[in-house]
Amino acid sequence: MPGTTGSGSSRTPLEFLEGMITPNSLHFERHHSGVPDIPPAEHRLVIHGLVRRPLTFDLETLTRYPLISRIQFIECSGNSTALYAPQPPQAGAGALHGLLSCAEWTGVPLGTLLDEVGVHRDGKWLLAEGADAAAMSRSIPMDKALDDVMIAIYQNGERLRPENGYPMRLVVPGWEGNTNVKWLRRLKITADPLMAKDETSKYTDLLPNGTALQFTFPMAVKSVITSPSGGLQMQGAGLYQISGIAWSSAGRIRRVEVSADGGKSWAPAALSAPVLPKALTRFRMAWRWNGGPAVLMSRAIDETGAIQPARDALLGTRGAAYRYHYHAIQSWAVAASGEVRNVYV
Amino acid sequence: MSMSSRRARLVCAVTTAALVMLGIAHAAQTSSSPQAASAPRTSTPPPTPKGPSLGVAVSAAEIAAMDVSIGPDGAGLPPGSGTPKQGAEVYATKCLACHGPEGANGINDRLVGGQGTLTSAAPVKTIGSYWPYATTVFDYVRRAMPYPAPHSLSDPEAYAVTAYLLHLNGIIGADDVMDATSLPKVKMPNRGGFSSAIQPKR
Repeated sequence: MPGTTGSGSSRTPLEFLEGMITPNSLHFERHHSGVPDIPPAEHRLVIHGLVRRPLTFDLETLTRYPLISRIQFIECSGNSTALYAPQPPQAGAGALHGLLSCAEWTGVPLGTLLDEVGVHRDGKWLLAEGADAAAMSRSIPMDKALDDVMIAIYQNGERLRPENGYPMRLVVPGWEGNTNVKWLRRLKITADPLMAKDETSKYTDLLPNGTALQFTFPMAVKSVITSPSGGLQMQGAGLYQISGIAWSSAGRIRRVEVSADGGKSWAPAALSAPVLPKALTRFRMAWRWNGGPAVLMSRAIDETGAIQPARDALLGTRGAAYRYHYHAIQSWAVAASGEVRNVYV
Repeated sequence: MSMSSRRARLVCAVTTAALVMLGIAHAAQTSSSPQAASAPRTSTPPPTPKGPSLGVAVSAAEIAAMDVSIGPDGAGLPPGSGTPKQGAEVYATKCLACHGPEGANGINDRLVGGQGTLTSAAPVKTIGSYWPYATTVFDYVRRAMPYPAPHSLSDPEAYAVTAYLLHLNGIIGADDVMDATSLPKVKMPNRGGFSSAIQPKR
């Protein structure tokens, strides 16, 4: 991603992976000012602001708390933004949608620590701040903090890697990736949001009327077929396994439908257990390719009944300046030559 | 007493003994014991935390040293002040290389101009056209800039750069002084341009 040196990103190569778990070395990264090198013994998390007892916690202390483990996806709110372009960009599933990963996170429920500091009644938000060079910070509503937010110290069984927040990070299930503040060093309990740079200047959604939506946290229901997908090459007519991933911040995936004829007909795919809330769900379907042109699409429906929209429907309400939260149906065109390309349907 | 209930009591006793041997304190059980529930309610002390309570107290001075966040009401703004003229000097040496002369045409984010473009097909989002609060400029400049040496500006330098950028955007005058009192009062052009997608419970 272009930008200041060290503020870039790397994506998960979705088209080369299977199952629901992203290996730690392939988890996507997005940094706002590089990766800090933090000596763990020197790192402290301080919780202060509208609390009765401001407290600090170091890494070894947190390991003495009752830990929980949960499998959650993290998706950057700028994921898939290239697909707002008028012409379909030609790239693979990972390049287009790979600011998305899923891991088993282990850590301390934030509510346990908030209980310990004693939040005042008017503490309705908290500012989470990282120890990176940008001291990246986001305001998060207290309701969410007490619901399912975790201070993670392990990822897929091993300690966090530096690029994913070592020694500790927030995991804010289902919400914009940037709220999952890495290298977490400070939580300030406040009555109102602090209006940090990354919740005003960035990560806000500009509408056609010139006003912008702020705090658009949840990542909406979405799916993508990872195989076959853009840049992959079919090996001649015959039997294939369509495979893809689906996810939603609203909870579990209820159903994924697949079309091989550009959306004229749909059939339900098999969901691979376990189907967990706010986690990637693997779906699969057998497909006999007749060797002719075909357009593959997937459409996810989550447990609230929310349906992944078509691209036209998504863009219809958003206008030209919207950059985040792209979650429309992805279409892959299979040519008679076996080439797979990104298309808009 | 039947055999099964005796066995249950035995298991219970063994489990309790094991917990004591391991030194596991159960604060949650203590606080919900019948004694606690029937105690006279003369005042409402803070409830006992349910967790291990291993956090270490931190002093107000330690917090002040690390609390760099500025609220939109100006809460947290430090002493000191700066003017656009002073800011121009700081900008020329520490900001211009990335953000360009007068906050435009640099290799990184454009900071100046763009007012009136937000409804166009190519909106230009800058401090002047988009940012709703002047306090955010000070907060971000001080915490994260200049990029090669974040948080290296003095408070007066951060005020001065903020004043310069506000002036370049036509928001404050050439001689206006920015400090903890004046900065939160600056009316940003796009202040009314945002609405929150969520309303936390009150």
